[in-house]
Amino acid sequence: MSEEKQEREPLFSAKNLKLVKGPLNLNNPITVQVLGICSALAVTAKMKPAIVMAISVMVVLAASNVVISLLRNGIPPRIRIIVQLVVIASMVILVDQVLKAFVYDISKQLSVFVGLIITNCIIMGRLEAFAMGNKPWPAFLDGIGNSLGYGLILIVVAFFRELFGSGTLLGVQIVPPGFYNIGYENNGLMILPPMALITLGVIIWVQRYYKRELIEENK
Amino acid sequence: MYSNGYIFRYAAILVIIAAAVLSSANMLLKPLQERNMAIEKMGYILASANIENVTSKNAIEKFNKYVVEEILVNSKGEVIDSYKEGNMEDGKAFKINMKEELYNKSRGKDFELPIYVVNKDGESIYVLPLLGTGLWGPIWGNIALKDDLNTIVGVTFDHKSETPGLGAEIATKSFQKQFIGKKIFDEKGNFTSIKVVKGGVKKLPKDQRIHGVDAISGGTITSRGVDAMLSNVLESYLPYIEKQRKK
Repeated sequence: MSEEKQEREPLFSAKNLKLVKGPLNLNNPITVQVLGICSALAVTAKMKPAIVMAISVMVVLAASNVVISLLRNGIPPRIRIIVQLVVIASMVILVDQVLKAFVYDISKQLSVFVGLIITNCIIMGRLEAFAMGNKPWPAFLDGIGNSLGYGLILIVVAFFRELFGSGTLLGVQIVPPGFYNIGYENNGLMILPPMALITLGVIIWVQRYYKRELIEENK
Repeated sequence: MYSNGYIFRYAAILVIIAAAVLSSANMLLKPLQERNMAIEKMGYILASANIENVTSKNAIEKFNKYVVEEILVNSKGEVIDSYKEGNMEDGKAFKINMKEELYNKSRGKDFELPIYVVNKDGESIYVLPLLGTGLWGPIWGNIALKDDLNTIVGVTFDHKSETPGLGAEIATKSFQKQFIGKKIFDEKGNFTSIKVVKGGVKKLPKDQRIHGVDAISGGTITSRGVDAMLSNVLESYLPYIEKQRKK
């Protein structure tokens, strides 16, 4: 692979694919890097907002990554954070406007979380750590990968919170009505943010049980 | 390294480009967005009167079919505009800005409020739009009354940014269907509004339960907002409603 440096590498080379796969497990933005926790707690009471949030973050992150990557050689380092913020904020507003015009119903789901997308640490983290130093295509893949990793955790947390908190999934009643007659009750605590944190903690625990290399050494 | 001049030029150009992109997107998409909002408003008005199968596609057609009159009433309860013919969304009442009118009311000025008269199976249903404040932002909706202007046929609520799973539950069917059949006047004809009761309706004395619904656990402030919105807006319509009831 000596030509790798000079010539174009294939679009889906092993290195590029790793950009997408890494964040799904060993380099997950939420469970390993512990970024974007705030929105993970806020939007996971129900599955639907969690999915909408995951998709919106994916669009915003992939697009801002590409834009920043294209601009990366001209951005003055002293104002790079502000430049990144302008790009993110513009993207979010643009996405919101387009959704409002074409898929109004979904935009209503999203409207609450627009502010949260702008402040999502994952987006700025990826711009700063990756897009500033890489070409547009890897930056795009990195954006997709990280938002997939983020979305995956969001949806898993929302799954448990909606199932045990409301007895529904995506708004459809899952727990049979008979259960309530026997004495089963929805766990109201699951709807509140603390349980999101605890669910997240359990996910991190399970992940580290299987991926021992993630465990920090006790000094 | 980059000179200060370069940094300033860079920042200025970047901001101008961002502003240009955003404002042109806003201008291009505005008509579509306003259309969507108008369609949504029609859908909610029809939904509060329990008209079924209204989607964003057929809302305009059904709105023209079911809404037979749009009335504009002033603070003294006088009818100042009645719109019956033609495209119902062109009526003066449909275009009224509730926020401004309720603001005028709060400052003791005159105001005008819309009423939509829906004809469903020969029965007249009066739909009054609502607007108030929740925990994080505005909440709004419609309340549909039978032609006795007392019994509730149905309500819809919506919100800008209430907490999902808590305050946002006001937008769900299970909260809204509690209102059906409740009354806003007691037997002596005194205005009671509808109370949103923390801890449940059964806390109220038996004879008042017809004027109350259960609040949402965990959504206390939003529930209070709904309560305040109902009493505030219905009170603004009182002069008109009482005139009609005396007839």
